[in-house]
Amino acid sequence: METIILFAPLAGALICGFGWKFIGETAAQWVATGLLFLACVLSWIVFFAFDGVTESIPVLRFIESGSLATEWAIRMDRLTAIMLIVVTTVSALVHLYSFGYMAHDGNFKEGESYRPRFFAYLSFFTFAMLMLVTADNLVQMFFGWEGVGVASYLLIGFYYRKPSANAAAMKAFIVNRVGDFGFALGIFALFFLVDSINFDDIFAETPRLAETQITFLWAEWNAVEVVGVLLFIGAMGKSAQLLLHTWLPDAMEGPTPVSALIHAATMVTAGVFLVCRMSPLYEFADGAAMFITVLGATTAFFAATVGLVQTDIKRVIAYSTCSQLGYMFVAAGVGLYSAAMFHLFTHAFFKALLFLGAGSVIHAMHHEQDMTNYGGLRKKIPYTFWAMMIGTLAITGVGIPLTGWIGFAGFASKDAVIEGAYAGTQGGYAFWLLVIAALFTSFYSWRLIFLTFFGQQRGDRHTHEHAHESPWTMLAPLGVLSLGAIFAGMIWYSDFFGKTNEVAKFFGTPYEQVGAEEAAAYAEANPKASELKYRFGGAPGEGGIYVAPDNHVLHDAHYVPTWVKLSPFIAMLIGLAVAVWFYLLNPSMPRRLAETQRPLYLFLWNKWYFDELYDAIFVKPALFIGRFLWKHGDGSTIDGAVNGVAMGIVPFFTRLAGRAQSGYIFTYAFWMVLGIAALVTWMTIGRGAQ
Amino acid sequence: MDNLLSIVTFIPALAALILAVFLRGEDEAAQRNAKWAALFATTITFLVSLGILFGFDPENTGFQFVEEAEWMMGLKYKMGVDGISVLFVMLTTFIMPITILASWEVKTRVKEYMIAFLLLETLMLGVFMALDLVLFYLFFEAGLIPMFLIIGIWGGANRIYASFKFFLYTFLGSVLMLVAMVGMYSDAGTTDIPTLMAHQFSFADFELLGIHVVGGMQTLLFLAFFASFAVKMPMWPVHTWLPDAHVQAPTAGSVVLAAILLKMGGYGFLRFSLPMFPVGSDVLAPLVLWMSAIAVVYTSLVALVQEDMKKLIAYSSVAHMGFVTMGIFAANQQGVDGAIFQMISHGFISAALFLCVGVIYDRMHTREIDAYGGLVNRMPAYALVFMLFTMANVGLPGTSGFVGEFLALMGAFQVNTWVTAVAALGVIFSAGYALWLYRRVVFGDLIKESLKTISDMTWRERVVFAPLIVMTLWLGVYPALVTDIIGPSTAALVETYDQALAAAEAATQIASQ
Repeated sequence: METIILFAPLAGALICGFGWKFIGETAAQWVATGLLFLACVLSWIVFFAFDGVTESIPVLRFIESGSLATEWAIRMDRLTAIMLIVVTTVSALVHLYSFGYMAHDGNFKEGESYRPRFFAYLSFFTFAMLMLVTADNLVQMFFGWEGVGVASYLLIGFYYRKPSANAAAMKAFIVNRVGDFGFALGIFALFFLVDSINFDDIFAETPRLAETQITFLWAEWNAVEVVGVLLFIGAMGKSAQLLLHTWLPDAMEGPTPVSALIHAATMVTAGVFLVCRMSPLYEFADGAAMFITVLGATTAFFAATVGLVQTDIKRVIAYSTCSQLGYMFVAAGVGLYSAAMFHLFTHAFFKALLFLGAGSVIHAMHHEQDMTNYGGLRKKIPYTFWAMMIGTLAITGVGIPLTGWIGFAGFASKDAVIEGAYAGTQGGYAFWLLVIAALFTSFYSWRLIFLTFFGQQRGDRHTHEHAHESPWTMLAPLGVLSLGAIFAGMIWYSDFFGKTNEVAKFFGTPYEQVGAEEAAAYAEANPKASELKYRFGGAPGEGGIYVAPDNHVLHDAHYVPTWVKLSPFIAMLIGLAVAVWFYLLNPSMPRRLAETQRPLYLFLWNKWYFDELYDAIFVKPALFIGRFLWKHGDGSTIDGAVNGVAMGIVPFFTRLAGRAQSGYIFTYAFWMVLGIAALVTWMTIGRGAQ
Repeated sequence: MDNLLSIVTFIPALAALILAVFLRGEDEAAQRNAKWAALFATTITFLVSLGILFGFDPENTGFQFVEEAEWMMGLKYKMGVDGISVLFVMLTTFIMPITILASWEVKTRVKEYMIAFLLLETLMLGVFMALDLVLFYLFFEAGLIPMFLIIGIWGGANRIYASFKFFLYTFLGSVLMLVAMVGMYSDAGTTDIPTLMAHQFSFADFELLGIHVVGGMQTLLFLAFFASFAVKMPMWPVHTWLPDAHVQAPTAGSVVLAAILLKMGGYGFLRFSLPMFPVGSDVLAPLVLWMSAIAVVYTSLVALVQEDMKKLIAYSSVAHMGFVTMGIFAANQQGVDGAIFQMISHGFISAALFLCVGVIYDRMHTREIDAYGGLVNRMPAYALVFMLFTMANVGLPGTSGFVGEFLALMGAFQVNTWVTAVAALGVIFSAGYALWLYRRVVFGDLIKESLKTISDMTWRERVVFAPLIVMTLWLGVYPALVTDIIGPSTAALVETYDQALAAAEAATQIASQ
């Protein structure tokens, strides 16, 4: 069954991409979509039927060389099962949605067949993503990793006539390659250390690696720390974390369904998945985990600040995605992998919902994306409005405070992350940045709603008059995702963020009762917490995630002070209040603020000037050095030297060769024959007798 | 069949002879006959060569299909293949029919053109099969002559300069190699390659012109061979002949040059340098590794700013060959496997890329990148093929380009992390230059007036690409196809190498005590 899930999208991509000429455009689209729904249904069956036992299903031999032996294989555990439903569900819905969204596209001329290509790319992306999440070893994961990168490249550049789309596509691929550079080095290091790159072998060896030193570049390092950081560099690229984030906002050049599927729900979460997948490694790599936490928190904060001032509806949501990914990394970094996966899971629903909702707005407004030209669309497109409202309630984390789980999906998972950040860092840097980011999240999310759906109609009157609700193929996915955005948190709360034994059972990880002594010691250290009954157990690699026996973050997170538990909710309320004041009560306020705080505004508007900085320190110098090496390295130096030698030697040889006027080839052949003749003569007369 | 190798080697030469003797006239019918005859001969060669592949026993790490005959003046004619050479033979016979088919539009001196290519095939096959030093040298050097002619007669405007440069570089390398061969003969008393591989050349340090030579004789012999093979690869900094040669060569010439001729250098390292001069290799391996890493970064950066498509791909070839030398001199199984895989894979990918340039060059008669843009609008099939090979060129997993790079880097990591990290930067730069090229040529709106009537690939062109596409994807998904054949031989090579080094180490210690 897993094999069908994996290959159905590939079959869809091939049939749709190459077969549409024979079966017709519409039929091709339905084949791709139908196969995706099949994969989706099977994924849910696999998810519910999963019994907690990790399985490996071999498919085909892959790279083999000496002691290196890898296979194409499907690794089935809880992590895979979660990713399967996330990927196939969102992908199936996005396929369906694209029927409506891509029906008429102004970027293409009348009669051009662009739709089968679009569906083929979507299905191909899904296949690559499934390869990534089902990988049994790091090379197969790398295949999926770069495969989704290519799909992303093709889809961002889907409007190939637009220079901006082409530039964005290239940027996405190249920035991701920077991350892949780290990822690949991490794989090499693991092979060097473990002599295998299969997950089972690596995980079994992690305790030993924690005691091993490795020489990497200029110094000796602890092996797990080096590998941990290198692999995380890969995750930074894919998941658009700070320093390697610049491609994600530009990726919004792609059609909106792409943004929903790839740049919100699935591909960008691959980095988080990688860290969770490698939990047996990160449990031993405290330094690398700390790095992840700090970087994740900083990204969450940074992206939220930029999101405050953007006016392009898709860019706001893109920065929001970047920021939410930071939350997930913080959770993973503090060792709360289940919460990271929880937020990944709920985020997939509400962020896909927000993107598809935004797509519906853009569709209604004839591809206008600037929110300053929206306004008052509530009545025109009511279904879209309510879908976006649900998405916003979910992302801002609306729920009943202190219950922990009664609320929209984001309420449960985001609070889990923030509480985990407090418990995992003793209320440090990460916690505060996440709370501030939560405030900003609330502000920009409500700002988006108010600018789009409330207030006066701005912008082109004609466009507003013709604003229309989207067809059912677009609204149905919104409906399904809305259900997810409302209920996903409540339904799966205890599985992801319940008691230790519940979470362990869900992930198929062994757990054990805590001894009386340890429980007493724990109670003494944490007077407010309830009795510590269980802890995670088993060897690294058993079950979906590995949590070290002394890692009690999950337990601690439930017993943080009440003000900590309330903090994200309060932050959300403040954000909402400011948004109401700025955009409903006093609409001239934002402009005045932007004028009085101009440097700050420009700093945020220009995204902290990362693009300009990178252009100045990477792109331009690379081109300059390339040109220099070409003209002066190859040109003057090497060729100069060669020509110099030539001027000296050639005439000498030509004189020797006598009147060899017929050109170089003759000279050359002459010398060759002469040389061989000499050799042969010497051989026969001299020592050939031996 | 006892002399399968000779049959395969000399079918093309025989065809060339028949063409030379019997085909008369310059009219269209004669041209057509020449083309069909060449295509027929190369296809037959390929089909017969399949017998080598299917009859080959990978578990046997020695030479197979060995033929030996007395020749003249005490020289031997000895041919044979092992796991290291057999795939290069197959690559050659596989690529040649494709190049002939890609040359279908040649108009001038068709008969001579076909003869040149057929002779070239014989000589290239001989290089990979020869088991005698002199025979190897003959094939190795004689192969350059048809290549000179191809560039010199059917090449571009600046062909004289290119062949001059080509000549100079190769000539100096060959002279040194010849001297080294004389030295080897005087030491070992034989020119038989298998015997030489078992022979231990002296590795005691000595003083030469006041320089202390570590590894002694072996280092000097290594350097002499290195001069020739490094030029052939080509390695930085002796690579500058390649871009010029490629730019001036006709499309099919570029294809053969990139796909097969460059591989002779890598093959030479594996056949001669590592097994015959292990100590010399070990002494100079750090230098070679660094030259490889520099090659990757240097040429990738240079590729980034090229304005001529062929030059860009030529520089990209040099970068990819950097991974090959890095893998070879990592001297462990992953490295060597990666190097061979990379050479085979590059044979398909670079061939396809030069053919891609050829397709539009045939239509527009310019290789300048700026002359194009927006081709996807009128050439969707071409855009697809070009995209596939662009991705294969940047080493996308799932294409054959990935496996070789990955294994070579993995091998190098075990030896030197700095070299690996620097070379791995190449994966970033390659994405840069390759995608930028693609974007400027294929993407965008079709604005240029001259391109408004350009037509998509013909059926002949599609047939040319089809086998390359199949191989690139097949090897990318199922690399065992190659590794099963080369694995045992490379394992034996690496093991012998390590043993030789250990023995040398022990001998040196005893001597110093």
